[in-house]
Amino acid sequence: MSFPWAKEYTPSHPFMKWMDERLPVPRLVYNAVGGGYEVPRNLNYFWNFGFLAGLCLVLQIVTGIVMAMHYAANTEVAFDTIEHTVRDVNWGWLMRYAHANGASAFFVVIYVHIFRGFYFGSYKAPREMVWLLGVVIFLLMMATAFMGYVLPWGQMSFWGAKVITGLFSAIPLVGEPLQQWLLGGFAPDNAALNRFFSLHYLLPFVIVGVVILHIWALHIPGSSNPTGVEVKSESDTVPFYPYYVAKDGWAIGVFAILYCAMVFFAPNYLGHPDNYIPANPMSTPAHIVPEWYFWPFYAILRAFTQDFFFIPAKLMGVLAMFGAILVWFFLPWLDKSPIRSSSYRPLYKKFFWFGLIPTMAVLFYCGGAAAEEPYVMISQIAALYYFAHFLIILPIVSAIEKPKPLPFSITEAVLGKDEDAKLEPSA
Amino acid sequence: MARILSILVGLFFTVALAWSLGLGFYTWATEPAQPTAEHEFHEHPKHVSFASDGPFGTFDKQQLQRGFQVYQQVCAACHALKHVAFRDLEKIGYNEPEVKAIAAQFQIPKYDEMTGMVETVEGTPTDYFPPVMYAGQGSPPDLSLITKARHDGGPYVYSLLTGYQDQPAELLKHFPEAKTPDGLYYNPYFPNLNLAMPAPLMEDMVTYSDGTPATVDQMAKDVSAFLIWTAEPTMDKRKQTGWPILGFLLFATILGYMSYRNIWANKKH
Repeated sequence: MSFPWAKEYTPSHPFMKWMDERLPVPRLVYNAVGGGYEVPRNLNYFWNFGFLAGLCLVLQIVTGIVMAMHYAANTEVAFDTIEHTVRDVNWGWLMRYAHANGASAFFVVIYVHIFRGFYFGSYKAPREMVWLLGVVIFLLMMATAFMGYVLPWGQMSFWGAKVITGLFSAIPLVGEPLQQWLLGGFAPDNAALNRFFSLHYLLPFVIVGVVILHIWALHIPGSSNPTGVEVKSESDTVPFYPYYVAKDGWAIGVFAILYCAMVFFAPNYLGHPDNYIPANPMSTPAHIVPEWYFWPFYAILRAFTQDFFFIPAKLMGVLAMFGAILVWFFLPWLDKSPIRSSSYRPLYKKFFWFGLIPTMAVLFYCGGAAAEEPYVMISQIAALYYFAHFLIILPIVSAIEKPKPLPFSITEAVLGKDEDAKLEPSA
Repeated sequence: MARILSILVGLFFTVALAWSLGLGFYTWATEPAQPTAEHEFHEHPKHVSFASDGPFGTFDKQQLQRGFQVYQQVCAACHALKHVAFRDLEKIGYNEPEVKAIAAQFQIPKYDEMTGMVETVEGTPTDYFPPVMYAGQGSPPDLSLITKARHDGGPYVYSLLTGYQDQPAELLKHFPEAKTPDGLYYNPYFPNLNLAMPAPLMEDMVTYSDGTPATVDQMAKDVSAFLIWTAEPTMDKRKQTGWPILGFLLFATILGYMSYRNIWANKKH
């Protein structure tokens, strides 16, 4: 599971020895995030975001548990219990804003983490399982975030729930019964609110479980690195403690400053004013928009405005929206290039920076805008590129691209030379 | 094989999108969207500043008390304030006897367990502002959260209160069907331009206890400030808490950066 030169856990205190022979949790921690985990020495700051994502998960669970102590999942009082928490519970406003903005922070971090993976080919062998589990985590996060947004039972909560569960009604034959089964009724109501609360409390712990698998799968081959060249010798790595603990430590500081600036000075900036209006099934908001982190996928959903042969436009949109994420599952097999890092892939790098990134930015913008021209046409062009990028361009590029020469090793990439390069490569 | 399959799936989605795009473009090019009165005449809120603005903002208690006076004497006839309790008024500078006196001016419906009847009794400081029975046209919203429930809340309320005017002749010329219906009032700051609430403020409607002249502008500003407070009475505490926390985090981050540099000093990376 680790490199031969990784230090072994050697308890010195008698109690720790006693413990190690019975329940070796300290050994597990030492090998996972301590001196026993050898990590490539050349990681850049994009590699801090995995650790930050874990931090966000903990933050959400802690603030969420406190919020749940003051919340009641009942359509009559849900809105009022949140207001009660904010106004009358000691530091309740802090918990509420920390939780609401924590969701946004989590998605910011996770998007950087995912796109780091796209750029540096983190999904490639032997890390396919790490990637697949990561996509599962992302899907679970989306479900959790969506259901959490319904809980305050404001206007956007209600209408968001109605629109999103309405997507299932697009499925032929079983769509409408399925939607009613999911909601426990014909429209979002008390039954829906209760099950959303139940699942919103459950899913984060499912995420914790998948995160453990994600990290476990990562620790089999070890972390990837910006060159994409696998670790060859001891000079390529440094132990996680103290090196990356120190680096993650100060990254946490930067993250915390930005996050707290939002929580304390602009806590409602990312929210929608309509969600401060209690849910009213009789009054439809002028623009129903999801939270910002769903905008790119919402834009894809709305980009399909015409029936395609016998497939209704709505079903196409639903297929495409889910497909836009599901396609990530196939990435390790769509991208056949043996080169991981885009630094050595001149053609793919161009498509990444001038294709995928602007496309995501445009989809993001259009998803938050009203469903009117020219935004619909712009989002159609962007969505078109999105699917072309992953399903057409990526397989072709990876077949025809001529990569740049790779460094012999991480050590050579960092120091400019590696003595081992002249000899035969060491184990 | 995988590659061919993926390209086929890719073509499925891209062709469907191109189809939507093509038809959408055709419609857009041949049938330009009709302008609407809302689109042409709706105005963004006026620029107006409050003591609570910005990262250092605090509440101006004197102004909040004036705003409360306006709410109590004008708005409260139709608009409830259900999330605010009378005891909260101590936070804007009223003392305990004053809060008791204010609460006593309100009739609170109370359920009597012995008789099963709902009776109204005089309010006490722990009571919340009571529901308002409104029989007229429209549905006056509860005002507790109104400044959070509208974009640019404080300025929006201020602009709405001071924005009543006659319908512009140009609007009637271009959009004759958009003439304000009977019983509604034209206000360009309201999303659909016409609302059921008539202009509520008139000069000297309220006699301020601190002697400030009660102009419409002054009252609108004061009541907007008050409603910013009702939407988030903890806002000043939030902002005051934020600064020491940011200061500490900055200090900790600098220390963290220095230890990072120190630990990596001999390790090229």
